[in-house]
Amino acid sequence: MEHIDLSIVWIAIIAFAIFAYVVMDGFDLGIGILFPSFAVGDERDQAMNSIAPVWDGNETWLVLGGGGLFAVFPPAYAIILTATYPLMIAMLLGLVFRGVAFEFRWRDPGHRAFWDMAFSGGSTVAALAQGITLGAILQGIRVENDAYAGGWLDWLSPFSLLTGVSVVIGYALLGATWLIWKTEGTSQRHARRVAFWLGLATFAAMGAVSAATPFLAYDYWRRWFDMPGVLLTAQVPLLVTICAVTFFWSLKRNAELLPFLMSLALFLLGFVGLGISMFPYIVPRAVTIWDAAAPYESQMFMLVGSLVIIPVILAYTGWAYWVFRGKAGVHGYH
Amino acid sequence: MLDGFDPVVLARAQFAFTISFHFIFPAFSIGLASYLMVLEGLWLKTGSGIYANLFRYWLKIFSVVFGMGVVSGIVMSYQFGTNWSVFSTKAGPVVGPLMAYEVLTAFFLEAGFLGVMLFGISKVGKRLHFFATCMVALGTLISATWIIAVNSWMQTPAGYAINAKGQFVPAGSWWAIIFTASFPYRLVHTVIAAYLTTALIVGAVGGWHLLRDRSNRGARKMFSMAMWMAAIVAPIQILVGDAHGLNTLEHQPIKVLAMEGDYEPSPNGAPLILFGLPSNEEGRVRHEVAVPHLGSLILKHDANAPLPGLKDFPRDQWPPALIFWSFRIMVGLGLAMLGLGLWSLLARVRKKLYEWRWLHRAAIAMGPAGFVAVIAGWVTTEVGRQPFTVYGLLRTAESHSPLAAPAVAASLLAFIVVYFSAFGLGIYYLLRLMSKPPEPGEPEPSHIPQRAAGITPAAGVEK
Repeated sequence: MEHIDLSIVWIAIIAFAIFAYVVMDGFDLGIGILFPSFAVGDERDQAMNSIAPVWDGNETWLVLGGGGLFAVFPPAYAIILTATYPLMIAMLLGLVFRGVAFEFRWRDPGHRAFWDMAFSGGSTVAALAQGITLGAILQGIRVENDAYAGGWLDWLSPFSLLTGVSVVIGYALLGATWLIWKTEGTSQRHARRVAFWLGLATFAAMGAVSAATPFLAYDYWRRWFDMPGVLLTAQVPLLVTICAVTFFWSLKRNAELLPFLMSLALFLLGFVGLGISMFPYIVPRAVTIWDAAAPYESQMFMLVGSLVIIPVILAYTGWAYWVFRGKAGVHGYH
Repeated sequence: MLDGFDPVVLARAQFAFTISFHFIFPAFSIGLASYLMVLEGLWLKTGSGIYANLFRYWLKIFSVVFGMGVVSGIVMSYQFGTNWSVFSTKAGPVVGPLMAYEVLTAFFLEAGFLGVMLFGISKVGKRLHFFATCMVALGTLISATWIIAVNSWMQTPAGYAINAKGQFVPAGSWWAIIFTASFPYRLVHTVIAAYLTTALIVGAVGGWHLLRDRSNRGARKMFSMAMWMAAIVAPIQILVGDAHGLNTLEHQPIKVLAMEGDYEPSPNGAPLILFGLPSNEEGRVRHEVAVPHLGSLILKHDANAPLPGLKDFPRDQWPPALIFWSFRIMVGLGLAMLGLGLWSLLARVRKKLYEWRWLHRAAIAMGPAGFVAVIAGWVTTEVGRQPFTVYGLLRTAESHSPLAAPAVAASLLAFIVVYFSAFGLGIYYLLRLMSKPPEPGEPEPSHIPQRAAGITPAAGVEK
């Protein structure tokens, strides 16, 4: 091979974009999921204000992940999106609803109750669809001749529903811990209480998904439990346990930032676990990243622009988060 | 029950519906961004408060339009995979990177400058603010360029090779892929259309407020600017459209013949069919009203030049007869825009621009004309591309996802319900904003702790 393997570079970039999306939109979707549990008035306004400056920047990573997949792994984009068709449509419609809810909640106070419902409903639907999609990909997609060969409800299974609910719970945990960090007073106390239960639920869900995955296919079993790989893969559950202990300890100590960081670490570990289960497949057990790769010229052309713009976006995003550090008040950041 | 439908037709309907809704917002925001740039430029140059007021008035509207464009655009970037998976797999290596560049540019623009722009001139200073406004205007044009490049490649593909898997792959230079034969014409025609669309909206809002209060300075100024735009740009657009038509005749003759309703070849010069009922089944236009030789005069700039007919081409390459109608709607509205522009020139010469109430009423009636013309033009070119997705190379019937009709029908219904309620309310909200007259002391964007799009750290810098 005369060129460097851009497929590896690109799967790293796309994995990064997806992870960035999951953790960043994760906490603001999570706030949407928890929204009905907040008192109307200050508590809701504060929660909304804490994410107002950053939510749409977060969401653009989703477009970047999708756009990147289309450009550099076109068959994977085509297969996954067709296989999860109703989920993708539900997710997009959910995001439309919550997106316009941000827009109109303040401008159209007469219908605030409706927009609050749209915000929370849209967020929950989007999170659930993303979680079920994850399960659908993991459990396997029927592929023949580089194209999806299943029906339009193949994604539906107990396992995919389990991952769906797990992601909703996980996002809610991210949202709750974000609020612990970003709010004060009753909002913060409320978030802390919710975070405890969500923490328990998240660990249970992670355990259930992790326990079920190796039984989906022998390939997963082999990856996780064969010697000598098991010496490495065993570190993942170990680290998860350490995160769990730290999480509850920090919650008890009334720490403000640490619970959020631990939730992020948990997502990172889950993501690493997915990598162990999937790599180098992009559609598990059917299509590898090299099968799906667009030609070198296409990958290179995209890479030039991405290497210029993604660092700028990252720097800019970092700056935005830095500037909006501190607590969000009822009337915006102070 | 839903099994009776053809999933390809449903998928096409869904794409047409979602992109038509989406198209409304960028068509408006491309023009409005440039208009805002002009307003702010004039304001900084002359120091006249009237431009500052108009700038702030339209900025509020811009932020909503831009936001809805972003939200409806996310859907578009996923539609290719969900409904057109074979097309995505085959054309992805060529069009995927161009669309991803559009995302990157839009991302960059959105993240950076819109936030600064919305945050207000008094907070960030004149220079930075004007720079941000220029960048937003430039960014909308760059976004349009990428999307039109993708579209033009689908119409007049070039610079590709076909690999062993049957995929289109770049054959060498990306310039050949981006600068295809129809690209320059299509880009200019589309951008001017966006400008005209915006001018007509601004003109309608100006006309509306002039009817209520003839002395409102903001209304007078915006009406006058919009009418200048209509008077100058509408004729240019007609010339550009003519050039685009000639280009299409060269590269996609079947499309032009279907637009004209020319089924039979015309060896001695083709007529121009004004009206009639075209029928692909019968292969003729019923009840046609035609002007002899005018068709050749327009298309060949020679009254006696021969033109082929649709029957010279295989039947399975004819596009639907619908484009006969959409083309006439577009042209008719274009001529009406020209008429409005000329009428306003007459009023200006007579010094009655702010007095002639029928002119103001006409401007209001023409307010939505730009949107209708843009959609009609888009239908003409895209339906005219049928029965192919990549013209002459990949058939639509072979491009779609292997989905059952109920899945596509259900999602189409969901899109219709959600779009009409979500964006319908958005449009209602826009109309409410426009129904307020521009006041001398237009406030800067209020401190609503959220914005349509764009994250700006500027908001936090200022304490």
